[in-house]
Amino acid sequence: MDRDKKLILDALENPDGLERAVSRRDAVRGGGMFGVGVALATMPVLLASLTRRAFAQGPLPNSIINPLNLALVLEYLESDFYVAGLAASGLIPSSDRAVFEQVSKHEAAHVVFLESVLGDKKARRPTFDPTGRGAFPDVLTNYQTFLAVSQGLEDTGVRAYKGQAGNVASNDDILTAALRIHSVEARHASEIRRLRGQKGWITGNETDVAALAPTYAGEQNTTHLGIDVAGFEGRDAATEAFDEPLDVEAVLAIAGTFGTGPIS
Amino acid sequence: MFRKLDTGDEELRFLSRLTQVKGRRTFLTWSGVTIAAVAVGCKADDGLQPSGRSPRGGATEPVDLGTGDFLVLNFAYALEQLEAAFYTQVIASPFSGITDEESSLLDDVRKHELIHREFFKAALGSSAIPALEVDFTDVDFGSRQSVLETARTFEDLGVSAYNGAGKYLENLDYLLVAGKIVSVEARHAAAIRDLLAPKTAAFAGDDVVDEQGLDVVNTPADVFAAADPFITTEIDGSTLPTT
Repeated sequence: MDRDKKLILDALENPDGLERAVSRRDAVRGGGMFGVGVALATMPVLLASLTRRAFAQGPLPNSIINPLNLALVLEYLESDFYVAGLAASGLIPSSDRAVFEQVSKHEAAHVVFLESVLGDKKARRPTFDPTGRGAFPDVLTNYQTFLAVSQGLEDTGVRAYKGQAGNVASNDDILTAALRIHSVEARHASEIRRLRGQKGWITGNETDVAALAPTYAGEQNTTHLGIDVAGFEGRDAATEAFDEPLDVEAVLAIAGTFGTGPIS
Repeated sequence: MFRKLDTGDEELRFLSRLTQVKGRRTFLTWSGVTIAAVAVGCKADDGLQPSGRSPRGGATEPVDLGTGDFLVLNFAYALEQLEAAFYTQVIASPFSGITDEESSLLDDVRKHELIHREFFKAALGSSAIPALEVDFTDVDFGSRQSVLETARTFEDLGVSAYNGAGKYLENLDYLLVAGKIVSVEARHAAAIRDLLAPKTAAFAGDDVVDEQGLDVVNTPADVFAAADPFITTEIDGSTLPTT
């Protein structure tokens, strides 16, 4: 685990600067090299304007780059996970395929979005291990295992974005974009639970999959701003009504489980 | 009701199909289908126990939402009051043919919204706006479709509200709490959408999540304009951010 965490941390601290010959700001100004210019030209207008605003005050500070790269690493893992799942013959029943195509579409879009905002500061893509270092050996052949891992990744994503919101709050555009991704991850997490015959929310720190316990650690909290909400409608509902954040260390520990091997 | 604010509904992709304000009467329209106040088997105020007074027509001053972070928190408190009142009614007068699973799920949502409401009330303390009176006469609580579509509207509206208001919270502790709540609203939205169209892309449909994978967002002023037809108590929304 420590080695994997280090690999992810390494990816966060040493973004691949060689991939792009020009900086994002040069490209945005129109003076970019051919390849980057073409890529930017095909970006949706909204993204281009967001990027310009985000960079209007100069390069993004590390205080914002690091949280965004943490998010990007998770999105890489999620995106790779659904690509692998949809490609695995006989894994996802046709009745549920529309759900995963939608989820996969969003995760791929999140990768594109975050890469675009980060430019040459983006983290390197970790090599994906869908089995979580062997914890889920049949993840691509057993649909129930696939669903469980999917739920774990989505709930981890929700908690990770939540934990980083305050760290990007100095930039309104990036904060709003992060919040908008955050709620999409929550929609995903809810729907995956629905597919598993559950309701969509997290009760206490419960999980029916022991290996996912780190993803739910601390979810049982009922005190917010010093107010204990457990007395209003019972403790279970109180824990369900508020999702909890995860700090960087906890997210990296979980991400490291699925992002093993050499980072390319 | 809302005053001193131009309702910008037309600008809103998300809301354009949703509200048609006709004087003080409002009808929800869904893809051309008008849900009028033709309640089947129940009256709209069955079981609903609004705790506020009725300033309508009286000399009462409009509710002041406050300033700064309290403005945003009171705005959220108003939305949570609306949602809590709606689900209280949903559970008090279940729609025709409701299943045990639907009943259980919607009762969970009711509890969550009540908890959110009580949390904001406690957090705001003496700065909290009063309990609001609500008006759901245009919702047909006897109809599964009407109830679930209204629920979907409220949940998506809540998601868009928190997503749009987050940048106005200066205190990062408040921002974190808003984040803790908005993801639960998003879970609700997906689950309600799943009840309406099971196992489809609807839970995070292209009508709410754009091509960049970003969820619906609305300005506080626009959210309030959409919620206002359901709120009887007069509220001064003129100070809510419009961007």
